[in-house]
Formats: sequence, structure tokens, C-alpha cells
Amino acid sequence: MIGENLPALQVILPLFGAIIAALVRRGDIAWLVTLVTGVATLMVAFALLVKVLAGGPISYEIGDWVPPIGIEYRVDVINAYVLVLVSVIAAVILPYARTSIALEIREERRAWFYTMYLLCLCGLTGITITGDAFNAFVFLEVSSLSTYTMIALGRDRRALIAAYQYLIMGTIGATFYVIGVGLLLVMTGTLNLVDLSTRLVEVESTRTVSAALAFIVVGISLKLALFPLHVWLPNAYAYAPSVATVFLAATATKVAVYLLLRFLFSVFGAHFAFGQLVLTPMLLLLSVAAMFGASIVAAFQNNLKRMLAYSSVAQIGYVTLGIALATATGLTGGIVHLFNHAITKAALFLVLGIVFYCAATVRVEDLAGLGRRLPVTMAGFVVAGLSLIGVPGTAGFISKWYLVAAALEKGWWWLAVLVVASSLIAVIYVGRVVEVLWFRAPTETVAAVRDPPTVMVATAWLMVAATVYFGIDTNLTAGVASLAADSLLQGPQ
Amino acid sequence: MNAGLLVILALAIPTAGAALIPLAHRFPNLRETITLVTAVALLFVVMALLGDVLGGGHPAFVLTTVVPGLDLAFAVEPLGMLFGVIASTLWIANSVYSIGYMRGNNEPRQTPFYVCFAIAIASTIGVAFAGNLFTLFLFYEILTISTYPLVAHKGNEEARVKARVYILLLMATSMLLLLPAIVWTWVAAGTIDFAAGGILAGAGLSAGLLTVLYTLYVFGIGKAAVMPVHFWLPAAMVAPTPVSALLHAVAVVKAGVFCVVKVTVYVFGLDLLAETDASDLIAYAAGGTVILASLIALNQDNLKRRLAYSTVSQLSYVVMAAAIATPLAIIGAAFHILAHAVSKITLFFAAGSIYTAARLTEVSQLDGIGRRMPLTMTAFLIGALSIIGLPPLVGVWSKWWIGIGAVDGDQTWAVAVLMISSVLNVAYLLPIVSRGFFLPPPGTAAGDKVRRTEAPLPMALAIGATATLCLVLFLGANTIQTLLAMIVAVPAELAGNLPGGDSHGR
Repeated sequence: MIGENLPALQVILPLFGAIIAALVRRGDIAWLVTLVTGVATLMVAFALLVKVLAGGPISYEIGDWVPPIGIEYRVDVINAYVLVLVSVIAAVILPYARTSIALEIREERRAWFYTMYLLCLCGLTGITITGDAFNAFVFLEVSSLSTYTMIALGRDRRALIAAYQYLIMGTIGATFYVIGVGLLLVMTGTLNLVDLSTRLVEVESTRTVSAALAFIVVGISLKLALFPLHVWLPNAYAYAPSVATVFLAATATKVAVYLLLRFLFSVFGAHFAFGQLVLTPMLLLLSVAAMFGASIVAAFQNNLKRMLAYSSVAQIGYVTLGIALATATGLTGGIVHLFNHAITKAALFLVLGIVFYCAATVRVEDLAGLGRRLPVTMAGFVVAGLSLIGVPGTAGFISKWYLVAAALEKGWWWLAVLVVASSLIAVIYVGRVVEVLWFRAPTETVAAVRDPPTVMVATAWLMVAATVYFGIDTNLTAGVASLAADSLLQGPQ
Repeated sequence: MNAGLLVILALAIPTAGAALIPLAHRFPNLRETITLVTAVALLFVVMALLGDVLGGGHPAFVLTTVVPGLDLAFAVEPLGMLFGVIASTLWIANSVYSIGYMRGNNEPRQTPFYVCFAIAIASTIGVAFAGNLFTLFLFYEILTISTYPLVAHKGNEEARVKARVYILLLMATSMLLLLPAIVWTWVAAGTIDFAAGGILAGAGLSAGLLTVLYTLYVFGIGKAAVMPVHFWLPAAMVAPTPVSALLHAVAVVKAGVFCVVKVTVYVFGLDLLAETDASDLIAYAAGGTVILASLIALNQDNLKRRLAYSTVSQLSYVVMAAAIATPLAIIGAAFHILAHAVSKITLFFAAGSIYTAARLTEVSQLDGIGRRMPLTMTAFLIGALSIIGLPPLVGVWSKWWIGIGAVDGDQTWAVAVLMISSVLNVAYLLPIVSRGFFLPPPGTAAGDKVRRTEAPLPMALAIGATATLCLVLFLGANTIQTLLAMIVAVPAELAGNLPGGDSHGR
């Protein structure tokens, strides 16, 4: 019974958890509810992945309405993989969240934070699992609205402006997406993704379908912060509560990338999106612009959260680069980077949350010598920073390896050079921070910072350890990513 | 004992040392004991492996597969074995020396210093025993990263700026050139495992592309310091002297030239290079570096900087010999890794002793230093003569083999480079000695008695040991040659030219 209804549980668990958290109103109890829900969601996601890897795609009819009339939840390798990613991050950071939220958010608002956290989780898993284009829009809005709220709960007053900015941009993105879906509905009469893919073949030469693709790609690109549609992201990440930043950085943009992959490869098909339209050069150009532009901007940031936010924009460039290559190796690189970047950025933002907890600032000039004061915590920053750079032995290297190999396979040596050159800028912005943290004498304020709670350090190090582990053992990451890439390249099934 | 287990142990021992040292933070004597015990234990393990390799063994195994085709693999072959022995032997001497130096100079933050040192040695061993390019690259990068804190150790503005140059140049070259070269090799040859005879022979790359690839490798291995990617080495001299001694005369730079030789022999293969002349360009670049760096060394007044440029010059001996790519030149290259290591560490030890005992850093300040520190300066003289290449010191063998290898490959210009360089070596090293012994110390007349002030005992012991090694290895060349001849199949008609070979010395 439970086994059959896993796809529905994946979404319903966090939804009900959110309602309970909203009703209990007490921060601590809401946290407990969130923890239970988060762990349960994670177990469902794992169960789904195991099932899919063993028995192929699962189709689930919501309310027993047969698709294409009813809504279908459809799980295959790629979205099972994304579901695991999202729910792992959501669950793992919860022990940390309790301490961090207790510091950063006032008691009467804490339960709301956890409610929004679960709603966001519900929205993200919903986007990922659904096989229906409009249903995806609904979940997109669920996740977006809850995200705006989480950001606005940040202690810094600028968090309100950041949330508002994201609200405007996010709404434009969602509107573009829904316009595109509307155009597809007009042309094909269906919203089911599998159905769409078969019916699109007959009408794909029409301008309406091209326009639909354009609207959908631009709309999703806003959500995934593809350069130059990223302007909402740095402020949102910088001023949101630390936990919200960790969660968003590791999951929200990744889910948007998944949706883009789903439309480009499963619905429209690679031959149409990359063959008949000029998507490859466009995506390549924007990806490379992101890799360099955002990295260079990151090198000039004094607020470490902003620095990592710009770095995220750059890293998304690597993911879209892999998509633009549209080969098995390239796509594997892009998809595996979804995961690798998620854990790397989560680790880094977790460390910054600790820094904020202890020192009440994340401005680099205020943190001179912090590495000597909190060696264990800040060593975590160094290791995760190495993964961000893509040093071998870390998760970041695996992504880079695939991307460079994909570029060389195509004979595009210039692209390989660009990939490695841009990661060099990461050496500069990570190295700059490491130098200040470790090789300047601690200032008086730094010497007086309080000790970090063990649970926060342990959570951060768990994620840091993951960046190293997945640099050595890639069965779960590159292995699954490669399967996903193959199934995506086979096109509409 | 199982040879694979020995390799794991060789990596694990210094790593365990690095993990244990911070625990003894409050007890310096215990901390230093950990360093010494790990150093000795490592040498035992490496020596056990050496016995295996000399007996014809080639322990090789895959630890784990990272990505299909991309293994974390180890394979011990004679070249790597030699490098492993050098690094682990000199680590002991250097540990003893470090203890004297760090305490004698009251250096701050000694615990992180010893931790980074142990990690650097572990990664050096990893480089030595790597079974494929990925594993090599992994440990190469760990070596870069673990030595960055050592260069920035002083924590002042100068140290920070120079450490920046260090990390940026080494990471930039490895990421921009070495990594693409490795991926290119993977795409072209379908494998990145080191194999006797090379793996690129059947890859179908033209002579021009092979030249590009070889150039990418040599400049990508920034640690080999072929001009113009040598800037990091003088910059790294801001580090405490034991770091300069072990890392920037032995482990780091030798990892660089070792990688060049390894790539030459086991990725390209000597036959392929002989057919295509793909490495000629690098041979010329390295030859140029030998001369140019020696000329720059002549003009350095700072003793450590002079030694640093001397190192740049000497490293290019190895690269030049590797790029000449004849079997005998490869033997010369490998031998020079050893010869230069023991000679240059002696010179750096001397420089550090002079700094510790007399607070002198510039060559022009060293008048009469030999009368204050006769032991140190005698050791310096031995190291200098070995670098110049005079018998009965170890440095003579490598020049001998590189020269013969060059003639064998019709690259006689390289012999001229060796000769000019030797003259320049005399010009920048021996004046230091003569100034130290024959000029009166400042403020004294020629006949005055000068008080002897040698460096602390651990430092004196270390410097005595490495100077002695310069002599011993001259005599023990036969064993080393047996090991090195296993790297390349030496043609029978040339075997007579090998000192210690069948037609020689019996």
C-alpha cells in the first residue's frame, strides 16, 4: 500500500507537515514536526530511487484519474535523483537549523519559518515529481511564495527588499513559463509531459511551438538564475536567514535546472531544441558569461554570503554548459554538477552560518584570523572551497573532468580552456578568503568570538566530508547522472 | 609482507602523523617525537618496498574506481621507487633539522607547521607511487595546497604576497595546462594508466599535436620550474629554511621534474618521442633555463634566492635530459633527481644554520663565516662541489649520464650547456665558500681569533648527515644504477659506458 503510493507521499508528507507546523505555533515543536517530516520525505525519496533503478520508470495516477485527463506523477532516474538530492539536503541541515534559527529569528516567527521550509520542500519535490506541465507551475508557485517568505524572515532589513526583488523577478519567470505552457496546450490539447512529447512532433515546425519553447526556457532560466537573469539571487542569498540560504542554494536552482532538462530533452527533444533552434550557441554564450562574469564579481565581494551567491551564479553556468553540449558526457557533467555543487555550496553556507552565529558578521575584513580561533570550523570552509575550485579528490573535480572531457570530445578545445580558466578565478576568490582567515593575526573581536555549537559544526562537517567522499566514490553521483543523461538523450519516450 | 599493503602504509604513516600531531599541541617534545617516529617508520616501509622492486617486483593495484576509466591506482616502478626513497630518507634529516631550526628561531605556530609538513610528505609519496595520471594529479595538487601554509607561515605582508604568487602560479599551470593535457590524453589514448613504452603511440596524434601536448605537460607541471613558470620558486623562499630545504629543493620541485620524467617515459614513450621529435622544443627551453637561471643566480646577493635560482637551473637539467629522451639521458635525469636533492638540501641546511646562528641572509655579509662556523661551511663546500659535478661526489654521475645520453641522441649542444652551466655553478657557489674561509670577519683583522658559533646540535647533525650522503652515494652509484637501468631497456652496446657496468670496474 505504502509502496504503491510513494510518489504521492513524496509531496503530501511535507505539505501536511507544513500545516501541522503552522498549527502548533511553537518553534521547538514545529522544528520537531519538520524533522520527522524531513526524514520521512528523505526515506520516500530513497525508496523511489531504489525502485526506479531496479524496475524502470514509475507512473502514478493522482486520485486514480487516468492521464492525460488526470495528473500523472512520473518518476524516472533523473527526477528520482533530484528528489534524493533535495530531500537529503532538507533533512540533513535540520539539526543545524534549530540552533541557527533560534539565534536569527524571533520566537513567534520560528514556527512560520518551519512551515515555509516544509512548503518549499513540498513545492520543490512537487515540481520534480509531477508529469504535468501545469501542475509543475502550481508547485513552482508554492515553492516560490514560501521562498519569498523565508527570505523576508531574515534579520537584516535589506532582506525585505531582497524578497520583494525576488518576488517581482520570480513572478515574471513564472508568468513566462505559464504562457509557454499555454501555447503548448493550444497546439496540442494536453498538459501531460509524455503526451506533449508525442503530440509535439506533428506541430513542431510551427512558430507557436518555437515561441512556447522560448517562453518556457526564459521563464525557467529566471528561476535557475541563468546569467543575466540572476540579479535576484545575490541579495536573496545574502540577506536570507542562514538556514534558508543553505537550503535554497543547494536545492531551488537545482530543481529549476531539472525542469529545464525535462522540457528540453523529454518534451521537446534534443533534436528539436538543439538541432532546429539556436539553443546551443545561446546557452553556451550565457554559460560562459556566467562562469567568468559572476566569478569575477564574486572576487570583489566583501560580504562572504554575497561572494558565494555570485559563485553560485557562476557554477550554474557549468551546469547549463553541460546541457548546452547535449552529449552524453556533457550532460553527465552538467547533471553531476547539480549534485556536486549542491553539497559544496551547502557545506560553505553552513560554515558561514556558523561564522554568523559566532561572530555576528560575514564581512571578510572583520574575520581576520578567524581560522586560528575556530580551526575546525574554518578548515571545513577550506576543504569545501577546494571542491568549489574543482581540486582533484573533491566532488567539484568530477564535474570539471566530465565537462572538459565533453568539450574535448567535440574537439572544442577552446571551451575546455574556458572551463579550466574560469575555475582559476575560484582559486582567487576562495584563496583571498583563506588568506584573511588564516594568515592575518586575529583581531580583538575575532579573538573574543564565542565557540560554535557542536551540532552546527558536526552538520557542516558532514556536508564537507560529503564533498570529499563524492570526489572519490561517484557511483551514486556520476553513475546515476550518466544513466539519467542517457535516458534524457534517448528523447521523448 | 604484501607489497600493496606497504604502499598503503607508506601513504598512511605520514597521514596518521599529520592527524596525531595536533593532539600533542601542548607537548612539543611529544609532538616532535611523533614527527620523528613517523619519519623513521616511513623509511622502513619504503625500504621494504625497495627490496621488493630491486627483486623485480612491480606492485600495482587499484584502490578504487572514481569514474569508469578513472582509477585511484598505485603502481611502484623503479623511477617512483627512487623518488620515494629520496623523499623519505631526506624527511628524517629534515625533521631533525626542523626541530633545531623552529626552536632555535622561536618560530610561531609550530604545530600547523609540522602537520602541513607531514601532509606534504604523504602527498609526495602519493606522487611517487601513482599508477596513473589522475592519481598523480590528485597528489600533485594536494602537495601544492599543503605547502601553501608553509610558504605563508610568517604571516606578514611579504609572506602573504609571495604565498599568493606561489599558489596562483602552481595552481594556474596545473589547471590551465596539466589538467587539459591529462584529459586530452584520456580522450586520445582511451587510458591514463602509466605503461612501459607509453600509451600515446597508437593514439594517432600527429607530430605537431604531440609537441603541443608535451609542451602542455612540461609547463603544466609548474613545479618543474622551466622558465617562464619558475617565478614561484624564488617567491617561496620567504618560507622558513627547513621548508625551502626539503620542499623547494627536494619534495616539491623534485615531484615536478619526476612527473616530467614519468610522463616522458610512461605516457609518451621514448620510441614515440624519438620518431616524432615532439620533445625537442622543450629540450631547448630547458637548456635555455639552465643557462639563464645560472646567470640570474650570479647576481643574487640573498643567499636563499641565489640557491633558489640555482635550483631552477638544476631542475632544468632533469627536464632537458628527459626531453632528449634517450635511455641513457633518462637514467641521467633520474640520477640527477637524487644527486641534486642531497646536494641542494645540504646547501639550504647551511643557509638556515647561518641564519639561525649568525642572523645573516646576504652573501655579502658572509665574510669570515667559515671561521665562525667551519663545520657548516665545510658541508656547504661539499654540497657546492657536488652541484658543480666534481668527483668524489654524487653530482658527477648525473652529468656524466646526461652528457652521454645527449651524444647518444645526437644532441651535442646539450653537452655544451652542461659545460657552460658547470662553469657558472663554480662562479656563483664557490665565491661564497672562499669569502667565508679566506676573508676576515667584519671588524676583525686577518690574524684575530674568531669565536666558533655553530648552529644547534640537531641542525649540525642533519647537515653532517646529508653532506656525508653526497660522498656515500658517489660510491654507491652501482646499486642506484641497477634500479635505474630497469626504467629503460639500455641498449647492449651502450652498457659499457655505464660506470659500474660489466665492462667497467671489474
